[in-house]
Amino acid sequence: MSELLTPTGPAAAAHPGSAPTARHSGPFWAVSDSLTMVARSLRLSIRNPDALVTAIALPVMLMLLFVYLFGGAIQTGTAYVNYVVPGVILLCTSFGASMTAMSVCQDMVDGIIDRFRSMDIASFAVLTGHVAATVVRNVVSTSLVIVVALLIGFRPNATVGEWVAVIGLLALFVLAMAWLSATVGLIAKTPEAASGFTFFVMFLPYVSSAFVPVETMPSWLHGFAENQPVTPIIETLRGLLLGTPIGNNGWLALGWCLGILAVFFLAATALFRRQTTR
Amino acid sequence: MSRIRELAVEATGISKSFGAVEVLRGLSLTVEAATVFALLGPNGAGKTTMINILCTLLRPDAGTARVAGHDVVAERSLVRRRIALTGQYAAVDTLQTGEENLVMMGKLCRLGRAESRRRAAALLEQFDLLDARRRTVKTYSGGMRRRLDLAASLVGHPSVIFLDEPTTGLDPRSRQEMWGVIRDLAGSGVTVFLTTQYLEEADQLADRIAVIDGGRLVADGTPEQLKGRIAGRRLDLTLADATAYAAAVRHLGAQAIQHEPSTHRLGVAADGSAGQIRRILEDLHEHDIDVETLTQHSASLEEAFLSLTGQRPASRPADGNAEHGAADRSAGTDRDKETANV
Repeated sequence: MSELLTPTGPAAAAHPGSAPTARHSGPFWAVSDSLTMVARSLRLSIRNPDALVTAIALPVMLMLLFVYLFGGAIQTGTAYVNYVVPGVILLCTSFGASMTAMSVCQDMVDGIIDRFRSMDIASFAVLTGHVAATVVRNVVSTSLVIVVALLIGFRPNATVGEWVAVIGLLALFVLAMAWLSATVGLIAKTPEAASGFTFFVMFLPYVSSAFVPVETMPSWLHGFAENQPVTPIIETLRGLLLGTPIGNNGWLALGWCLGILAVFFLAATALFRRQTTR
Repeated sequence: MSRIRELAVEATGISKSFGAVEVLRGLSLTVEAATVFALLGPNGAGKTTMINILCTLLRPDAGTARVAGHDVVAERSLVRRRIALTGQYAAVDTLQTGEENLVMMGKLCRLGRAESRRRAAALLEQFDLLDARRRTVKTYSGGMRRRLDLAASLVGHPSVIFLDEPTTGLDPRSRQEMWGVIRDLAGSGVTVFLTTQYLEEADQLADRIAVIDGGRLVADGTPEQLKGRIAGRRLDLTLADATAYAAAVRHLGAQAIQHEPSTHRLGVAADGSAGQIRRILEDLHEHDIDVETLTQHSASLEEAFLSLTGQRPASRPADGNAEHGAADRSAGTDRDKETANV
């Protein structure tokens, strides 16, 4: 059995170690891994122009479509552009959601998740990377919508405090939708399926008070349109931006956002753990 | 064994089932440090499952495994710092450039920004990807992606590298290049653990081969041992009757490598020389053991595989020996036989 001992290289002791040059604690590396993953997700978004244009340009185009083509026929008691802007902002989030779901799903079906898992890193950072990139994409698309809206006559009367509340609520909604999309991405078998699944989320703003007052819809839709999460969020944004009555919509909006965020953060965490530890 | 070398992989009694399907059934194997080890088997033999267990991606249902000196379950983090996995599908971001992919891996391996860049540049050069470093991986050929994939595994200076079917789907030229890269790796002192469906590939690259089928080890040894034991040249002796057969079995002992009592046929490892045949025959004759006929059998590598696993290995149309793959089973085993009366 002399062939048993046929080394092809220098002794194993000569292996270079992979010890990190600087010693840092676990949390440091968890943050460092997450930042690396955020940079990765953002780079992947920029390199996917089709999806990026959809996520950023489509809301603006839809806003122009609504304001100039349909707006004249819709009676809202105010300039239609003022009425429609909060809804368009939520559309941005919905369009962005499909990109998040696709990216998460792509990572799970590609071999890359196994590579990350076989490394001594917090592989959960893959998900936080996608979620953080979603937030950044939304900041860009929402800002663009607001700038264009201001150009075509959107005249909010919000105070600084109200703007802060708007940004806070939007951030919460974006985060909730991002974790929902991540969950969809983890459930779907293919990126195409993940994208298709988020169509439902994309559709929600249409059946709400986002574009037309709920009263103008057929009565059988009222129940759904008034009680689905998007309506109180829209009404709250409208109230903050334009001074329309908010009533208890503020608390409802906050409750929906926090609820969705909690449920889907936990769902995504559990699904990711189940899919990555077998 | 004259001396004990460091073991890079030491797996004992590994079992794993998915639902009712038993994929691995008590598989044990060892790999010495700084060698190339090939896990060879047909599709569905359990190769990827075994690699996933050794890479800490799957927990075994039973058995223990140590990789680079650490237990794959209890010391997962420590194992992960010493290994790298290159899966069946290139695990790189197609929308990042080659350089970006490698720098990202460097940061995840905690090399720091400057060292990540240095390491990426060195690996791009080593794997002949310098010209393509600023292009997104989307534009790379299959061979280039595999090379980048391998470079990505090497960023963190692993001491054991796992390659799951590293040449599946590559054209013959890219496969040759990949073989060269793997040989270079082996020369640098890294332990390479690869899986393959191709005996030819295992033969070309590995210091030791373990053949598995149905989740069990069916043979292991150096390529030469495997070929000699199962294939290579074999002298098939047909004995006159059951008594002669039994006597020959007793007399030849370990020299006999294949036993077929029903047909009184005994296979003896041979080197193909006339002198050896004469010695065996004279030896048996002196002990009054009657040999009726003998056939000399020189099996191909693929027949070795076939006899071990009961399955024909995957064959590629581009291979020079494609006709071996095309031949059916009975034709394959009967080929190359010459019969002589004694």
